Amino acid sequence: MAGSGKLHLRLDSDPLLIVQDLVVQYKVNRKSFVSAVAGISFDVLRGETLAIVGESGCGKSTLGKAIMQLPRPQGGTVVLDGVDITALDGNDLRDVRPKVQMIFQDAISSLDPRLQVKNIIDEPLKVWKKGTAAERSVKVDNLLNSVGLDPVVVRDRRAYEFSGGQCQRISIARAIALDPVLLVCDEPVSALDVSIQAQILNLLQDMKEKLGLTIIFISHDLAVVKAVSSRVLVMYLGKICEVASPDDLYARAAHPYSRALIAAVPIPNPDVIVKRISVDGEPPSPVNPPSGCRFRTRCASASERCAAEEPQLQEVGLGHFVACHHPVTN
Amino acid sequence: MKKAQSLLIRFSQVALVLLGATFLVSILIRQLPGDVSLLINPVASEAERASLRHELGLDRNYFSAYWMWLSRMFQGDFGFFIFGGKVLPVLKTAIPPTLQLIFYTQIVALTVAVPLGVTSAYKQGTRFDRFTSTTLFSLSSIPNFGIGLILSLIIGVKIGILPPSGYKPISEGLIDHFRLMVLPVLTLAIAPISTYTRLLRAEMIGALREDYVLLALSKGLSDRRILLRHVLRPSCTTLMTSAALSMGGLIGGALVIEIIFVIPGMGTQLAKAIGMREFLAIQTYVAFIALFYITFNSIIDVLIGVVDPRTRSRRA
Amino acid sequence: MSEILKLSDFSVSFDTPRGDLHAVRGVDLSIAKGESIGIVGESGSGKTVLSRATMGLMPSTATCTGTVEFKGAVISNLSRAEVRKNWGTGMAMVFQDPMTSLNPVRRIGSQLMEALIVRLGMSKDQARARSVELLERVRIPDPYAAMKKYPGELSGGMRQRIVIAIAIACTPELLFADEPTTALDVTVQAQVLELLAELRQEFNMAMILVTHDLGVVAGQTDRVIVMYAGQIVEAASTTDLFRNMKMPYTEALMKSIPRMDQSSGQRLRVITGRLPDPTTPEPGCSFAPRCEYATDKCRTEKPPLVTTQTGHQYRCFFPIGGSL
Repeated sequence: MAGSGKLHLRLDSDPLLIVQDLVVQYKVNRKSFVSAVAGISFDVLRGETLAIVGESGCGKSTLGKAIMQLPRPQGGTVVLDGVDITALDGNDLRDVRPKVQMIFQDAISSLDPRLQVKNIIDEPLKVWKKGTAAERSVKVDNLLNSVGLDPVVVRDRRAYEFSGGQCQRISIARAIALDPVLLVCDEPVSALDVSIQAQILNLLQDMKEKLGLTIIFISHDLAVVKAVSSRVLVMYLGKICEVASPDDLYARAAHPYSRALIAAVPIPNPDVIVKRISVDGEPPSPVNPPSGCRFRTRCASASERCAAEEPQLQEVGLGHFVACHHPVTN
Repeated sequence: MKKAQSLLIRFSQVALVLLGATFLVSILIRQLPGDVSLLINPVASEAERASLRHELGLDRNYFSAYWMWLSRMFQGDFGFFIFGGKVLPVLKTAIPPTLQLIFYTQIVALTVAVPLGVTSAYKQGTRFDRFTSTTLFSLSSIPNFGIGLILSLIIGVKIGILPPSGYKPISEGLIDHFRLMVLPVLTLAIAPISTYTRLLRAEMIGALREDYVLLALSKGLSDRRILLRHVLRPSCTTLMTSAALSMGGLIGGALVIEIIFVIPGMGTQLAKAIGMREFLAIQTYVAFIALFYITFNSIIDVLIGVVDPRTRSRRA
Repeated sequence: MSEILKLSDFSVSFDTPRGDLHAVRGVDLSIAKGESIGIVGESGSGKTVLSRATMGLMPSTATCTGTVEFKGAVISNLSRAEVRKNWGTGMAMVFQDPMTSLNPVRRIGSQLMEALIVRLGMSKDQARARSVELLERVRIPDPYAAMKKYPGELSGGMRQRIVIAIAIACTPELLFADEPTTALDVTVQAQVLELLAELRQEFNMAMILVTHDLGVVAGQTDRVIVMYAGQIVEAASTTDLFRNMKMPYTEALMKSIPRMDQSSGQRLRVITGRLPDPTTPEPGCSFAPRCEYATDKCRTEKPPLVTTQTGHQYRCFFPIGGSL
């Protein structure tokens, strides 16, 4: 994939977030750069859950952080609620930050283990001067209640006393304390046990409905993504492969990489015959990405054109876009 | 090509640190109270004092005086003593004893600490482990001049199996040289032995919990092999860093110990020079001490890179 | 089928400041030569402790009781030095995290050759040649170059292949694979699972695949054991287990995982609560506090492990679909 293009943007539907041509580079050494995100455009409608899927090193986490300007992207624009936040500086940017909150994979280490739970959740409220101490205390209790923790039991305990699932609940309470409009969840359940994972996914769903949140859900787990998302964006080496609704993607993936990803997920049913159309090898180094389509080195249907020309996103079905010169059809 | 480049960068770093350290010292020395020219010759005439001040560079500003010293150093002129004589010959006799003292101390400290650390980590929580750590802890809490005096008194004077003080160069007989070195080296080594043992023990206990130790075990390797081949090496990095850092303390310690054991090394000379306000000599001595420190640290840095490949890319 | 491993009433407990922690409780299990068994459970279920303790890789704070027989000989009462003779050559292990299971400061070649030289008495040259073969076998591109590399220079997938090469170097008859693909990406996971299956065939090696992922188990094993709170709560052939789950815990686990063959946007079923505290065992069934079918009997009386005529085992008074 290697795809660029903006055909999939829905600018007339007033998206909450519009990201265009986003580029994030890291310095590898004095001379070379890695483009972890290499010119990506996408939008997220209000109330939507956009899932960003890909394997490690594809740039999905970097993309999530770049939306929050952490670190500042090297190129492109991020328009949140009509404001181009890439153009903001200092205090203006600080004022916008609470609107976007993040939840991380490792909930336990994303909380300061020695802080009491009430202080963890109160901190953002205090910093942004949301109400008096008494008002904030009530708000903290409400937040804890809303994530399914009993404030009486929990508020005075310290973060290290909690399990991964409980820490993730605390993280969610902290994230929604400032009434964000956009929640970026970076692998929020991949460190959790399956039984706890379901609890957290359902909680996120509840929060979204109750608070009218818009969610960007970054994950490597296609089954989880299918359960929670309303639109899926598949990434490979810093580029977009495919954008589709989950049902479309899983039934009619058009990009060979999406197909391979889906085929590789083990199905908990011994009667399902495993189709072996998985790909060989591992992604090449992003320091020196392949020319043209970045997936071509592992792609069975790659041609000369794939090496010469970067595919652009094209519509293959309603709301289904793919960046591939040889899209797969059923 | 890349290697030459990084070597060049390293070299210029060393040079910069040396320049900075000596310049700072040159300013500090000038802050010593009292007019040196008066101190030396209280009945000197105004003209005599002015000429002395001129020779010492005291009539110049900090930069110009420093430059005077530095440019003379490059011409092989290591300065002179106000009370007569050149610094260079003194330096030549003072450097070897100090270097030997420090070098032997590091060797003794490491040869004692490595087996102690490895064994305590392996026998973690046993009586051996507790005994070692308590003993080392109590020993290291005595200041080294205290230990020096006690050792010198008991072993050197009361029991008399070793000479209580003095120094002989290697050229005057290897056995005599080492007999005289035993007590000062032991004295100096106690603090680093304690630090190294505790550090290595903690590092090894951490490393023993790593998955790769479990994998090594599941290959059916012996405990001994695992400890020495799989655990010691990754744990060494911290030990080596600590050895490099302890160099500063060791040099400082050596300077004191030399005085106690009457070793005519840098410490003895530096103490003398400070007492006599020998400006140029102090500056030159400090430059050499800084040079030891930096050279040793650079060597350790390179060695760490050899032992632990993870640090190579980090530094690049 | 002859047995390669047999556990009888095997228990492991740890001496902790809060009292004895019962990590594994009364496990009976036997594995035939060349068989592939999946042990499934969540973190804290005792699955990892069970596999490590079977091998004898336990710290001194652990107490193991019961017997372990390997190839017909009891090994649970042997000294560490005696047990060690089986490690590598009789049984070997692949760990979850390839980032930490290789020694970061030693070259791949030396880590691979080590066991060949020490355990099989090969010369350096023989060991080097064999190592290259092994690397080729686990499909490492350019094995000669890989021998000279440090683990830090390789990707997670490559490192896991190397760990596998190390594990099979002395052709063990039983391989413990503890979450071997959990830390890997899906496409790489598929490749590694395929590799393990091939090697198992090739060496007629029995495998104990420890995982939390029912999907991985479904495709890779002949038989599945479900563990909860240190006990076996259900055991059956893989097809039987997925077709007629008897144990409410297994069912709840199945229902709580998001699945690709279900339509999107559905609410997931949840197992409420958490695993019981392993230092204070429940008076009744250990799953009862979280079980939607639990009765008073479940909360006060311990259900025994029942074996049906088809060999399906479960530990429940009220199995799904009735008993038998």
